[in-house]
Amino acid sequence: MTALPQTTAKKLGLVIDLDTCVGCQACATSCKEWNTQGYSAPLADEDTRGADPHGPWLNRIHGYEVEDTNGKDSRVVHFPRSCLHCETPACVTVCPTGASYKRAEDGIVLINPDTCIGCKLCSWACPYGAREYDVQEGVMKKCTLCVDRIYNENFEPEDRQPACVKACPTGARHFGDLGDENSAVSQLVKARGGFDLLPEMGYKPTNKYLPPRAKRDTPQAGIEALPKGDGSAMDRLFKLADRLLSGN
Amino acid sequence: MNPAYSVILFTTASGAGYGLLALLGLTSTSVGQSPSLGFAIVAMVIALGLITIGLLSSTMHLGHPERAWRALSQWKTSWLSREGVAAIVSYPFALAFGVTWAGLYTAPDAVAPLGFITAALSLVTVFTTGKIYATLKTIRAWHQPLTVPVYLFFALASGSSLHLALSALFGRDPGAIAPVALIALVTLAFLKFLYWRAIDAAPREHTMANATGLGANVRQWEVPHTTKNFVQREMGFVVARRHASRLRGLFFIVLLCAGLLELAASLIPMLSLAGFVLMFIAAWVERWLFFAQGEHVVTLFYGNAQA
Repeated sequence: MTALPQTTAKKLGLVIDLDTCVGCQACATSCKEWNTQGYSAPLADEDTRGADPHGPWLNRIHGYEVEDTNGKDSRVVHFPRSCLHCETPACVTVCPTGASYKRAEDGIVLINPDTCIGCKLCSWACPYGAREYDVQEGVMKKCTLCVDRIYNENFEPEDRQPACVKACPTGARHFGDLGDENSAVSQLVKARGGFDLLPEMGYKPTNKYLPPRAKRDTPQAGIEALPKGDGSAMDRLFKLADRLLSGN
Repeated sequence: MNPAYSVILFTTASGAGYGLLALLGLTSTSVGQSPSLGFAIVAMVIALGLITIGLLSSTMHLGHPERAWRALSQWKTSWLSREGVAAIVSYPFALAFGVTWAGLYTAPDAVAPLGFITAALSLVTVFTTGKIYATLKTIRAWHQPLTVPVYLFFALASGSSLHLALSALFGRDPGAIAPVALIALVTLAFLKFLYWRAIDAAPREHTMANATGLGANVRQWEVPHTTKNFVQREMGFVVARRHASRLRGLFFIVLLCAGLLELAASLIPMLSLAGFVLMFIAAWVERWLFFAQGEHVVTLFYGNAQA
């Protein structure tokens, strides 16, 4: 049903650390790999060897450049973007069939691929671009928070995490219950000042982002000044070598 | 937003169909059974035909048309579901009205109530269509108080224009429909003018800074994929402002010509046929612009500074 649950027992979600993400795309590829055989299977791409390869991916890694406030320096921030499993998601309430729903037990937003009619209205309602249309299947696809991993008793307990979290080589992705203020992820959000994307839109995203830390070095610090010549034989030899190597 | 032709066809065709149906129903409440069987049958077939073509066009546009019946289930939360329910519910009333109004089944007492119910359900259906767009907070140009009134007056203006054209074909006096058509057209032009003024003035309050949380000095460095993905194809369609202002001008000129033809039709009735053609062209231009100018918040993640 597309009516939202009043509250959810848990608020499972991700905490993404923009400070340590290196933009390696491991989370995106492991997401695609898992989900093309799991709940969202198949997750096929179109024109894979042609000029216009495209298809549904449930996790996309953007790159942004952020300039210092004084305009003297800039840094690149890698920015993974997937479903934020909002507390009040408009994508669910606009769904005419009830294929989109939010689970009362853990807050995961899912699409039932057997009842989705592929009208795409949910993708219009989502401000985060979390839902993508699967042309071959004729239904919408989105992040399932690896619902088929996190409760999977065939896995060792430490593997019962979303594929993207397991794949991240820098530990920039954390999974847990954001509804429990004592959980490791909630503590992390508190300690690092985790924030919501587009908070003013009021969809109350569960996933949180941790801001990049302040830079510790300045652009000039790493550059060594050239030593002044002292006129010694060795110094004249180096100057000769420099002239010959420079070709003048 | 990507202006999909199936959705433009659906909203313009069903709008004209429901507008015509509403006017036929409303006039029957005072006039009663149609004096001309031929006019009644043709008018009903055209009204229901336009509605059906529109509904089929939008159904065929689905990924799974065979599951479309499921869309009737979530009327408690979804305006798209409500639109489906309103459309389905209006069919039997419209058919019963058409049969009694045309005189195929003689029930003079039933004509007026059935006509009134049909008119009400027709307008409710158009209202729900407008609401689907007006309730999307992600698209500033749609999330406007004038979106729904524009949809309603488009239905009335194109429906009455169609009514005039059919009356001319059957050599009938359109009666009160002639002034109604002009009033609807002028109101529509005024509402659309106010709507465009409103979306131009509406603050673009969502920013790339709020979308990424990375502050005011953020800009796109690289996109996550080499070719356009679904989100960019569907939501990233942005028409150049210069292009838009020309199309707005074209809309008003075509609408003005349609209005002049409707006025002149009181002397030469057949001109109302050309009037309807121009009205429908104006509807297509307006609907295409409605989609093309719908700037989606998700574009903030793809380099758009404000939405």
